[in-house]
Amino acid sequence: MIYLELFWSFFQIGLFSIGGGYAAMPLIEQQVVDLHPWLTMAQFADIMTIAEMTPGPIAINSATFVGIQVAGFGGAIVATLGCVAPSCVIVLTLAYLYYHFRKLTVVQGILAGLRPAVIAMIASAGLSIVFMAFFGQRTLPADPGGIDVVAAAIFAACFFCLRKWKVNPIGVMAGAGAAGLILYSIF
Amino acid sequence: MSGNAQKYWKLFASTFELSACTFGGGFVIIPLMRKKFVDELHWVEEQEMLDLTAIAQSSPGAIAVNASILVGYHVAGRLGALLTVLGTVLPPLVIISLVSLCYTVIRDNAAVSMVMAGMLAGVGAVICDVVVTMCQGLLEKKRLLPLVMLAAVFVAVRFLNVSIVAVILVCGMIGAADMLRRRAPERSGGSDGEGGGRP
Repeated sequence: MIYLELFWSFFQIGLFSIGGGYAAMPLIEQQVVDLHPWLTMAQFADIMTIAEMTPGPIAINSATFVGIQVAGFGGAIVATLGCVAPSCVIVLTLAYLYYHFRKLTVVQGILAGLRPAVIAMIASAGLSIVFMAFFGQRTLPADPGGIDVVAAAIFAACFFCLRKWKVNPIGVMAGAGAAGLILYSIF
Repeated sequence: MSGNAQKYWKLFASTFELSACTFGGGFVIIPLMRKKFVDELHWVEEQEMLDLTAIAQSSPGAIAVNASILVGYHVAGRLGALLTVLGTVLPPLVIISLVSLCYTVIRDNAAVSMVMAGMLAGVGAVICDVVVTMCQGLLEKKRLLPLVMLAAVFVAVRFLNVSIVAVILVCGMIGAADMLRRRAPERSGGSDGEGGGRP
């Protein structure tokens, strides 16, 4: 039952992605590329790019995209519902607790423990994306000589702009796209 | 009654508009929500917005969705929360549906794939930037445990293919135990647990 599978996969993504947008990325990768044969790694990289270019949370964007690819518009709705359902239950519960207790040491401890884990997972998923851009595969190849020089140059320029001038990510994305069009046409 | 209906409509329309026009995820939409609901509509107080933000950031799921649930619930109860979730989810649902309809067509276009290849490198840079900024936040705390956890989780996820769900459960427990241990002797100290997540 594909609808149930979609719902359950994105329910887990919604349930376990703590820390927003990028934190959902490794979970989506695991669910959609590794555990289910729904997207290839190249398609996954595409949807991350599309999710970054379009408004809306990454998890919702990819739920819609994967849902449509796998089971049409109905699949998109089911996957999106699955993604949002845990939020609704947990956030409303926390809101209730917040209005009643305000400060919970155990909860704060859990969150503090999750922070480094979230960073590490984002770093790992980010590395997959970078290798995907450089080599067309998500791990470092045995022979790194086949690196896509244009992609590496664009990456370096973008990273520099982001660190040095705190450029808006959307501006970076637009610039990277334009640079890709121009540079790949020339080389 | 009509005043209520107007309030519900305004809630839905505000979140719809914010979601449709906000690129870049949760860390971008929260300041905009504050502008809308605190400064403009005066439905939420400044301090409450800070607390709601902390809850939204520390709960599972998309930050934008969480924040809109909280604001909707705060303003108009469960129906309010339902309306704001709809308002937040509908724009991406429609936009991505349209994109994926023509995805196969545009993906095979040479110019589009050049743009996509450039943008993929750009996304990689954006993610690396986010990671570096988050690591700086962690280093400022000057504690060994989070850094060890970071390294261990990276190895576990990247090289050992450990399930992310397992990682989250274990790290949550370690964090809770650590916090309880540190809070037990001195009740006053330790600002480590504040909810201020970094973009």
